[in-house]
Amino acid sequence: MSQALPNQLPPVPLDEAQQQRLRKLYTEIRCLVCQNQSLADSAADLAVDLRHEVQSQIAKGSSDEQIKRWLVQRYGDFVLYKPQMQASTAILWAGPFVSLAIGGLIWRTVQRRRSIAPSQTSPGREDQMQRARQLLLADDDEKGR
Amino acid sequence: MNRWIRAGLPLALFLVIAWFLLKGLDRNPREIPSPLINKPAPSEVLEVLDVLDVQSQALRVKDLKGQVWLLNVWGSWCSGCQVEHPLLNRLAAERLLPIVGLAWKDAPAQSRDWLSRLGNPYATVLMDLQGKAAIEWGVYGAPETFLIDKDNNVRFKHVGPLTADIIDKQLRPMIEQLKH
Repeated sequence: MSQALPNQLPPVPLDEAQQQRLRKLYTEIRCLVCQNQSLADSAADLAVDLRHEVQSQIAKGSSDEQIKRWLVQRYGDFVLYKPQMQASTAILWAGPFVSLAIGGLIWRTVQRRRSIAPSQTSPGREDQMQRARQLLLADDDEKGR
Repeated sequence: MNRWIRAGLPLALFLVIAWFLLKGLDRNPREIPSPLINKPAPSEVLEVLDVLDVQSQALRVKDLKGQVWLLNVWGSWCSGCQVEHPLLNRLAAERLLPIVGLAWKDAPAQSRDWLSRLGNPYATVLMDLQGKAAIEWGVYGAPETFLIDKDNNVRFKHVGPLTADIIDKQLRPMIEQLKH
């Protein structure tokens, strides 16, 4: 089986600050060939090409946002590990907070019910015994009379 | 009544979660919806590519305007491409629509050799030696096939080898509809 052509593009010269931006960007971009790897980790051929593309865009002066938008336009939301906030991803962002709110509501209802409950239940065992004794004594008094 | 709610709520919750998990089993994680669907096809990037010299009269991308056509991304290094190739040959023989081949990062000599061995279904073969055009089309795994309508919009995309089923049940009806 023949091989795909290797990447022959020359490396793009970048300064230290740009290199740092590049490294951070790589970790935020998913490699679509091996989906559990970021662009930084992937050795796939496409990842090599995409890394080169990101490098040249940084060299051209594009912002991180512009580069991400460029990628999403071609590869879809899936290319970013952290999806952007929009109508179709709103449930992803709001979901955890909504379930936290629902959980909190349930917890509060249960707590409130528990705090009302003790006053309605019968008094302690000791009190009951006391009352029973009194009743028995009263009964005996009546009989003796 | 209260007891029914208390017993039913966790059960309902469980069923909802189970349903979602069950649906998840059927989904293919490799099939990523293309953001290009129903958007203008990046045809300009194809116009600048060199044409593989395998036919005397190759079609030009510019001439595809107003036509329904197919873009097939392949490479001689790609085994899945070999699987779908006989189907493309058969489709091309029907002369239903022009099929444009994009040789993705393939050495021209090997592309040529591959086509002479397996047959050439393409109206023209463009050479994407650096893989730049493929990136513009959001290609991430050959073979990939795009259906483009008369107004140069991408209407359908398939990642992976085409099958007779996909061609007959999805592509054909769409091609018929788009041609009218």
